[in-house]
Amino acid sequence: MANNNELVTKEITLSMGPQHPSTHGVLHLLLDMKGEKIVSAYPDIGYLHRGTEKIAENLLYHQFVPYTDRLDYMAGMSNNLAYVMAVEKLLGIEVTERAKYIRVVAAELSRIAGHLLCVGAWGLDLGAMTVLLYAFREREMVLDLFEMICGARMTHNYLRVGGVRYDLQPAFKEKCLEFVDLLPQRLKDYEQLLTENRIWLKRNKGVGVISAEDAINLGLSGPILRSSGVKWDIRKDEPYLVYDRFAFDIPTGENGDCFDRYIVRMEEMRQAAKIIKQALSQIPDGKPCVDMPEVVLPPRKDIETNMEALINHFKLISHGFKVPKGEAYASIESPKGELGFYIVSDGSERPFRVKIRAPSFVNLQAISPMCKDRYLADVIAVVSSLDPVFGEADK
Amino acid sequence: MTIGPDSILVKKVKERFAPFILDTLISRNEITHLIKKDSLIDICRFLKDDSELQLNFLSDVLGTDYFPQKPRFEVVYHLYSIPKKHRLRLKIKIEDGESVPSLTSIWSSADWAERETYDMFGIRFDGHPNLRRIYMPEDWEGFPLRKDYPLKGYKDQYNPYGEEKK
Repeated sequence: MANNNELVTKEITLSMGPQHPSTHGVLHLLLDMKGEKIVSAYPDIGYLHRGTEKIAENLLYHQFVPYTDRLDYMAGMSNNLAYVMAVEKLLGIEVTERAKYIRVVAAELSRIAGHLLCVGAWGLDLGAMTVLLYAFREREMVLDLFEMICGARMTHNYLRVGGVRYDLQPAFKEKCLEFVDLLPQRLKDYEQLLTENRIWLKRNKGVGVISAEDAINLGLSGPILRSSGVKWDIRKDEPYLVYDRFAFDIPTGENGDCFDRYIVRMEEMRQAAKIIKQALSQIPDGKPCVDMPEVVLPPRKDIETNMEALINHFKLISHGFKVPKGEAYASIESPKGELGFYIVSDGSERPFRVKIRAPSFVNLQAISPMCKDRYLADVIAVVSSLDPVFGEADK
Repeated sequence: MTIGPDSILVKKVKERFAPFILDTLISRNEITHLIKKDSLIDICRFLKDDSELQLNFLSDVLGTDYFPQKPRFEVVYHLYSIPKKHRLRLKIKIEDGESVPSLTSIWSSADWAERETYDMFGIRFDGHPNLRRIYMPEDWEGFPLRKDYPLKGYKDQYNPYGEEKK
């Protein structure tokens, strides 16, 4: 029998990921542990680094839009939006009213898609697999709507500088309203499975707590910051597009723990559905793009029948458009937080510098303070509640 | 709301730090102060603590390479005020090899942002507790976002399509 004096707890370093299923992609966590307790958690990222910013410097302005889809690939429309808004700010373009409403619908749908995946995968990580299957059922409906808008389900490339690629189809409105009416009922189903579930509560309540002050200091944004009680939402505080015309609430939490982050995301989906409903009822008639042939591609129909349009199309695709010298920063409230694009233009057809302020990257810094002195199992809940997407965090 | 030269973000900062502000640019509703490197910490502390400005959120730190211009680099700070809802941009111009004071003592969010800037441009931040590469492997040579770094990288055993090293 071992002598009691020989039983000592040694500190070990555990590598979690980058192939661990609960790390939501290629997150590599180095966990210094004393027994089951975390002494320090150090995220090691960069496995998916593709040099998106370097690529941007070598592309024409319009060619970079599809690359933004591959940042936060759970919510491609939001990324498109932030990028084209920055370019439009440099060009001084104000898009048409109709385009603004379409963009709101697209961005809010992608918020729902992003949050559904977050909650679903979170449930799976903590042993509630049903929620994942349900969430994917609804996510599938959002993807069908995306397919109706632009023909693509994940990498949309839908928004373009000066408007949107295609106008909404007549049948879209009805389909979309059907979905936003259905969503709150379905969310109730998830809540029935999770909100009062003892395991869910035990593993999320009081786990990964971060105070409002620390959250601001760490630069957290989006649902994570709001669940710490800070009411900051760019849609309300610096309204872009037409968000100031809709009635919606900004849900906030009190404790700043994983459970509050779950509650905030669920409520945000309801609010997003509310916004889409209002947007669809107010959407005016008009053109989906501004009338600027030097920036906006002619409609597909014209290219096939009109020589001038064909020439214009060829010229725009091969030479791009010049953007006035200067710099601009545009940020939006993406599902993950403040997504910003800072573009420096030297007056040519290619951006001189593009900096992506990726919310997932900044939010990941919170892992270490959130996990400190907690158990290993809590790390899973914390990572899920931060909802990092590595396309964006690693750029 | 249009931002003009009489905004408190311009007036108050200029009043207090006039000798350290090299230039102020207002364009597209964005205010940019080009400041002297040595005054960065003082200005940031003031911006964060002043009751009228309250720029308590450091959104981003980034670099821009203007090679072959001199000075070569620009370090850009994006600040935001959650209570006051306004934004401000600070800029510093530095030469290759020069270092910049780190803001980690004021905002923890500067930690990763500065590491990223170091990783991509090789700009060093004095006083940073853990200034290591963040995206690239630790033994990587060169700084990918510099303008003289080739798009396809340098040729080696893993990268047959890269450029030859000069």
